[in-house]
Amino acid sequence: MREPERKTTPRKGGGGRAVHDIGGLTLGSIDRSEHDLALWEKRTDAMLVLLRDNKRRVLSVDAHRRMIESYGEQEYDRITYYEKWIRAIRNLLVEQNVLTRDEIQARLAEVRGKHEKAGRKAVKAGVPW
Amino acid sequence: MKGAGLRVAKPAPAARFAPGDRVRVAARPALGHCRTPWYLRGKMGVVAAVHGRFRDPELLAYHKPGLPARVLYKVRFKQGDLWVRYLGAAGDQLEADIYEHWLEPAK
Repeated sequence: MREPERKTTPRKGGGGRAVHDIGGLTLGSIDRSEHDLALWEKRTDAMLVLLRDNKRRVLSVDAHRRMIESYGEQEYDRITYYEKWIRAIRNLLVEQNVLTRDEIQARLAEVRGKHEKAGRKAVKAGVPW
Repeated sequence: MKGAGLRVAKPAPAARFAPGDRVRVAARPALGHCRTPWYLRGKMGVVAAVHGRFRDPELLAYHKPGLPARVLYKVRFKQGDLWVRYLGAAGDQLEADIYEHWLEPAK
């Protein structure tokens, strides 16, 4: 995960200003450099499209936004765009009873084990719920 | 706005505001997901266009059908009305899409 690149001013005192709703605040410069998307980021994008289509209707972009907006300021600023997406997709899959936390954790452990066995570095820390 | 069934065809009830009407964005805090930006709350603007009726994103966000549908407007603001020390040209404007339940008539 990338380190925060901007220094935030506390979004307090607004009495209900949500964490993502930062229009007009002074939050430092924006990194405008282009970068290629990683495979997992493209897959995350595809997953969202599939989960919201008419056949599945597991989530809506609005529910996805609501989940992302619920992270809290520190987490919201710390994690990247697609990290926000995949975390919200995971949480909505649990909320909508498509998968359970246990199923997701078990599968993650399995994948992690496979990578470790093959001598590849696996990320130890999980993403908070 | 792409996506299945977001636009609701049924015309009634009629839109509360028409292009040219002066409106004020409600100054209340939001409960949950909301598409009205904070910096516009309590600000005065003018209706520039009526986009149509759409399922309510504040309800869709909780897996509800999003009904009653809400009329969505394009509202035009003067930049000088939005920011304390706006340094741009005096005629600069900003347009934002605002749902009807976030708008009040400006007297």
